[in-house]
Amino acid sequence: MPMLELREVTKAFPGVLANDRVSFVLEKGEIVALLGENGAGKSTVMNVVYGLLSPDGGEVLMDGRPARIKSPRQAIDLGIGMVHQHFMLVEPLTVTENIVLGREPGRFGVIDFATARRRVEELSLRYGLKVDPDARIVDLPVGMQQRVEILKALYQGVRVLILDEPTAVLTPQEVRELFSVIRSLVDEGLSVVFITHKLEEVMAVADRIIVMRAGRVVGETTPEKTDDVGLARMMVGRDVVLRIEKTTKPTCRDTVLHVEGLRVPSDRGLEAVAGVTFSVCGGEIVAVAGVSGNGQTELVESIVGLRRPSAGTILLKGVDITRADARTSIEAGLSHIPEDRHRRGLILQFDLAENLVLGDHRVAPYAKGPLMRPGKVSAMAVTRIADYDIRTPSAGVIAGNLSGGNQQKLVVAREIGRNPELLVAAQPTRGLDVGAIEFVHRQILAARESGKAVLLVSLELEEVLLLADRVLVMYEGRIVKELSSGEADAETLGYYMTGGGGEKLNAQERQAPAHGGDA
Amino acid sequence: MNEKREQPVLVQRRWMVAAQKIGAPLISASLAVVVGSLIIWASGYDPRAAFIALFEGSFGSPKAIGDTLLKATPLILTGLAVAYGFRAGLFNIGAEGQLFLGGLAATWLGLSLAGLPWFLLIPLMLLASMLAGAAWAFVPAILKARIGAHEVITTMMFTYIGRYLVSYLVIGPLKAPGQIPQTAELPDAGQLSRIQALFSEATLASFEFLKLGRGHLGIVVAVLAAVLVWFVLKYTTLGYENRAVGFNPWASQTAGISVQWTTVKALCISGGLAGLAGSTEVMGVHHRLFDQFSSGFGFTGIAVALLAKNHPIGVIPAALLFGALAAGAGRMQFQADVPQKIVLIIQALVIFFVAAEEIVLWFIRRRQKEAVSHAG
Repeated sequence: MPMLELREVTKAFPGVLANDRVSFVLEKGEIVALLGENGAGKSTVMNVVYGLLSPDGGEVLMDGRPARIKSPRQAIDLGIGMVHQHFMLVEPLTVTENIVLGREPGRFGVIDFATARRRVEELSLRYGLKVDPDARIVDLPVGMQQRVEILKALYQGVRVLILDEPTAVLTPQEVRELFSVIRSLVDEGLSVVFITHKLEEVMAVADRIIVMRAGRVVGETTPEKTDDVGLARMMVGRDVVLRIEKTTKPTCRDTVLHVEGLRVPSDRGLEAVAGVTFSVCGGEIVAVAGVSGNGQTELVESIVGLRRPSAGTILLKGVDITRADARTSIEAGLSHIPEDRHRRGLILQFDLAENLVLGDHRVAPYAKGPLMRPGKVSAMAVTRIADYDIRTPSAGVIAGNLSGGNQQKLVVAREIGRNPELLVAAQPTRGLDVGAIEFVHRQILAARESGKAVLLVSLELEEVLLLADRVLVMYEGRIVKELSSGEADAETLGYYMTGGGGEKLNAQERQAPAHGGDA
Repeated sequence: MNEKREQPVLVQRRWMVAAQKIGAPLISASLAVVVGSLIIWASGYDPRAAFIALFEGSFGSPKAIGDTLLKATPLILTGLAVAYGFRAGLFNIGAEGQLFLGGLAATWLGLSLAGLPWFLLIPLMLLASMLAGAAWAFVPAILKARIGAHEVITTMMFTYIGRYLVSYLVIGPLKAPGQIPQTAELPDAGQLSRIQALFSEATLASFEFLKLGRGHLGIVVAVLAAVLVWFVLKYTTLGYENRAVGFNPWASQTAGISVQWTTVKALCISGGLAGLAGSTEVMGVHHRLFDQFSSGFGFTGIAVALLAKNHPIGVIPAALLFGALAAGAGRMQFQADVPQKIVLIIQALVIFFVAAEEIVLWFIRRRQKEAVSHAG
């Protein structure tokens, strides 16, 4: 008898059939990967199982019995737990407090913290989930916070654990640790549903793979019976090129971007970028690699004119834009694909044409004096929608109604279509599915071929290795290593990204790799 | 085999969106009438007689329509003021104060420049009221842009300052001789004429509908302003940046739009529109300034903007509704014996149902969803 079974689960949202008769089973002690592009309905169907959404049709069976799950509470009581992409932890509280929250041991409203702490330690030991029970959540790195979420589910006694895109926020090392945790969970008899759109993870960890597309289950396989190309084809519904070969050697025609001794403060006034010097040539892709939060965001913001550096200079084609605002930078020939497209990249309430003209809305041919020229704007929009393959019924559709991949195509169409000197692309494929990633990569390479300078900031090592001509590794606000594309591989990058030894360096040692890297 | 099956498109057709935009306020207003009827009935009055009287008092005769236009004129302008601010993400709650300053500037200029011909004096007075309203909004705007002081607090505070300033001036320096605290009457060349005064007796005799009583030319100013604001929002870079900042200041900043400067411009334009409501009220209705010359038009303008969903053209019917309620209240009292205050309850219900529009939309969406799942 399967542990969990879905029978023809159907869920509709206004305008979309998110799940169309989804059926599958999950056996005891099994890792099932639920693979699909963004918007394929993976999270929706699992939210139905977890009681966050009520299905419009079909049923969910737990232990062979039909379960009418109306809330997460009921799901947990049945033994189903879920760890979301965005953690649901109370940050100022400790690990133990978070884990027992809602089911605190004790009597008469007094919590028995000693018992709670002991149980947390037991669980932690049993499943190999090492975590300090007394640490506060705010002080923990993201990978640790995820462990707390998993421990919380285990504490609640779940037998089916659903992980929604669990690796999205993790470093490569943390991903490996997570996978070993998942294996120890199934060894103890749990069943795991692993939602993802990343092929290599599926191949690495899953016992069985269920592929979803457009709300339907389109296939089922195992890692032994397929490879990543086969999976990509099932997922997207057509052949996908995962490796794009660069046709030309990088040739440094002229220096487009030159950054010298740049220091940039963070929001909290700390020095996020601590003296960085580098150049980007026309026709070259320079990638900045690093673990999230090592100053990449501040570096990008200072170059594109959103954050004032405290020292240093930024030259774009010889023009000093160190203290320029975003408008001046755009006019000087800079384009920017922001890392957070919903917050900074798009105005979701604007239609496609209005979004495509954003930033160019004051200049000819889209404006004449104080007046906009809607005819020119919509003509440009129609061309770009075709050129960049944005799937939409018309240019008058609101950007918020597009899928994530199409939204990013919209940003790319605007920023590359502007024909800039320098393209600053910050995490341009974050959260995209393979089809859209391929598209964005092609566009960035095309920009390089046409002689543009590209500064790529990415947390994805694969992306860095695939696209970059040169890689700058950033750690704690400094460039600790520069590698040519020939020298760079995942292991080397990982080594330098984590401070050269995988452990946090103390203040004294911190200087060493920085200098070593320059040498 | 599944090649053709793309993700079902998440797009609502344009007419659906338009129908939602127009339909929801209509349903809200209708619900307000229904619930208002229940309240009138429960209070022991005859709702049918009340609404007949309300209608007759607001649309029943040319004179009644004139009264409705009279009340709607300042509401269109304050509604536009609030709506324009909202479109930049700003809540200008202080339209009332800007209106007072507009009325003050127009009156002062009209009295000072008495003797100028109307075709100079009237445009000057209207312009002065806009500048005064904009100036009154400028300080809150700068405070917002520079140090982030919330405009809800500052514009409200400036409303008090403005009202008391006018009170002081009509009791003191600007007071006309006599017992009543008010200014002298504006010269004829500084007054907005009644609409019926534009036509000869003979014309009025043959076209009864032109006998609009107290209805004055301010309504023309207000409607032109609405069309202008609509044009600015839709077809100018100023309006584009205004909307962009209102929807998403971060993306606007990233695209090189100055959020601070846009904020300043938006609040000043908003203040200018509210100031215009002050001058049309003084020039078209009272012909002089006194401290009670506005019956809260600046505040009702918030409700008008809300009902109009911040659409400049939508402001016109929304203001007409509120204008009609105000115009018909008197007749409702003496004809159906229902207290005037009931009108305030109906106004409040309209606002309530607009604010609670999610409830209304929920019904609409449910129907659409059913349609979609059948189609899907």
